Amino acid sequence: MTGKGKRETGKVLLEVRDLHATVEGREILKGVDLTVKTGEVHAIMGPNGSGKSTLAQVLAGHPAYAVTAGQVLYEGKDLLAMAPEERAREGVFLAFQYPVAIRGITNAYFLRAAVNAIRRHKGVEELGPVEFMDALEEKLKVIGWDSSYLTRPVNEGFSGGEKKRNEILQLAVLDPKLAILDETDSGLDIDAVKTVAQTVVKLRRPDNASVLITHYYRILTHIAPDVVHVLAGGRIVKSGGKDLALELEEKGYDWLREAATVA
Amino acid sequence: MSVIADRYVAQFKAFSSNGARSAPAWLKEIHEGAIARFAELGFPTTKQEEWRFTSVAPIADAAFTLAHAPHSPLPAPADIEHLCIGAGPRVVFVDGRYVAELSTTTSLPQGVRAGSLARALAAGPSGGDLVREHLARHARWQESAFTALNTAFLADGGFVHVAGGVSLDRPLEVVYLSTGLAGTNGPAVSHPRTLIVLDSGAQATVVETYAALQGGVYWTNAVTEAVVGRSARLELFRVQQEGPESFQVATTRSRQERDSYLALHVVTLGAALARHDVGTVLDGAGAELILNGLYLLRGAQHADHHTVIDHAQPHCASHEFFNGVLAERAHGVFNGRIVVRPGAQRTDSKQTNNNLLLSTEARADSQPQLEIYADDVKCTHGSTVGPIDQTQLYYLRSRGLSLEAARNLLTYGFGAEILDRMRHPDVRARLDRLVRERLGGGGGGGGT
Repeated sequence: MTGKGKRETGKVLLEVRDLHATVEGREILKGVDLTVKTGEVHAIMGPNGSGKSTLAQVLAGHPAYAVTAGQVLYEGKDLLAMAPEERAREGVFLAFQYPVAIRGITNAYFLRAAVNAIRRHKGVEELGPVEFMDALEEKLKVIGWDSSYLTRPVNEGFSGGEKKRNEILQLAVLDPKLAILDETDSGLDIDAVKTVAQTVVKLRRPDNASVLITHYYRILTHIAPDVVHVLAGGRIVKSGGKDLALELEEKGYDWLREAATVA
Repeated sequence: MSVIADRYVAQFKAFSSNGARSAPAWLKEIHEGAIARFAELGFPTTKQEEWRFTSVAPIADAAFTLAHAPHSPLPAPADIEHLCIGAGPRVVFVDGRYVAELSTTTSLPQGVRAGSLARALAAGPSGGDLVREHLARHARWQESAFTALNTAFLADGGFVHVAGGVSLDRPLEVVYLSTGLAGTNGPAVSHPRTLIVLDSGAQATVVETYAALQGGVYWTNAVTEAVVGRSARLELFRVQQEGPESFQVATTRSRQERDSYLALHVVTLGAALARHDVGTVLDGAGAELILNGLYLLRGAQHADHHTVIDHAQPHCASHEFFNGVLAERAHGVFNGRIVVRPGAQRTDSKQTNNNLLLSTEARADSQPQLEIYADDVKCTHGSTVGPIDQTQLYYLRSRGLSLEAARNLLTYGFGAEILDRMRHPDVRARLDRLVRERLGGGGGGGGT
């Protein structure tokens, strides 16, 4: 879209080192290490309560989570020192597990405000309502929506599936460098999972990366992740290729949990 | 009788032997009854349940006297343009009195009458009969001191009549402007009265605007009666932008007949102290009501909206939404009562009141009430009072919006939600600008 020119693939985009985080005084992340390079798709799996969503929210800058130790570098810069909006403008995007409804503000208005905030930051001219609608048209097609969704207030009265699709629409429109999808495939029917997967695949470029947090093997069959991690007990206890996801599908997490406690 | 009430009774004597001398006998009778009732009731106090959150002591204690009839120099049409919501046609009143020079009603279609009540009354039976049938019949002066006082001094105001089956596309505006100039013996009060009658199958958009030409202490005590005939459709806007030191007490009463539609949009921005009582009666099966209000207050403004929706007949729907945005030390009060009469089966009624507090000193009191005497009904209500939601704020920031932009957007959303229900595109666009100007911060209330 913006034609950034050639970029070497395999450059480190995100580096998480020994990250510890608490919410309401309770330690959830207990030393997460994760390196994501451009061009890659990572999947993070793991049992409920292992810290997957916490990791996603800490990366996006949720004010309720406190980082107590560790470091996160994004393009070599200290991500944790940035406000949530700075992270977004620098190309970090989190698809929320529970997208938030905003009364009175139409989806179109919200999306344009977001796009223009990022364009302003990049020093690119802001889009007017008409130009923006034109640009939006094709993105809508990708997720199989008509424009009626644009005139509805953000996520208000949306079904669970519609909210998730709306996150994917934002992902497509904002075109981030680092996309984190927090259980975007949960609660979706088979076709919707496919749409989400196709969008991620379509947006995949040598200069960006995605991190998918998921419980299900299904979405990974469409995407073929480069690396699969298992997050358990606030730590990444195992990483591997896409075959690891299949192994987890068959064996569950218990064998890893045991391994984690032994270690 | 109190000293305060005495003052108005004394003024009434001068009024009835002077200004209202030419009024028809039936109206004189109403005048007399209303002033007697006001003398009995006196101004309400906060000991009365309906006035618990709103003290009208500043009104009762100030010695208001009837505003003078407007005199030259009158404002030029160009001077009032920015205070009007529509581009015309319009009927304009200054300090409660009709000003023909500022009114533009020549282009109205056949079957639409818009003008001054005083003139309609003076026209004898031709104009007077319809007025007589409705005037002071819907707004019950027997029950409210303020309505009684307005009725006692009832002399002029906007009169709109749309004949059966006639449609008026352009919004018709009734504009009440106050000069803020003192009356004979103290700050001025005007008692504007609006009467809107839509016959069967008629359609219209009417805007009532209240605004200040200059600042100053004054009081507007307004009453509006709207009658929506069988299958008629009325979109009625009420925009209150009184001056920052002024007081406004107002009552709007509507009666809807079978299969009629009424959307009443209330936008309250002005006055130091404002009270608006809305009473609507769904008096024919299949009637639908949208009651849609927005109050944006700041400084030490106080605005109190009391609404009663009376489901008197079966198969009616009412949807009520009031949003408030309260900044600085502002205080908003909402009291919404829905009454479903015995036999009003299949009533579908929804009421919400959401209040956004932009400062720790701002305050909102919200009291939804349901009184249901029928068993086959669907009624819901809810209200919220609180500061900006932190999760929403974070969500918007995570999309690149600055903290300030996110805050502004969420605040505007409270207004936009109400604006979105307005149908007439021109009026909605004008009010959207007004809301944006107000929420953008800066600038004074009322006119300049």
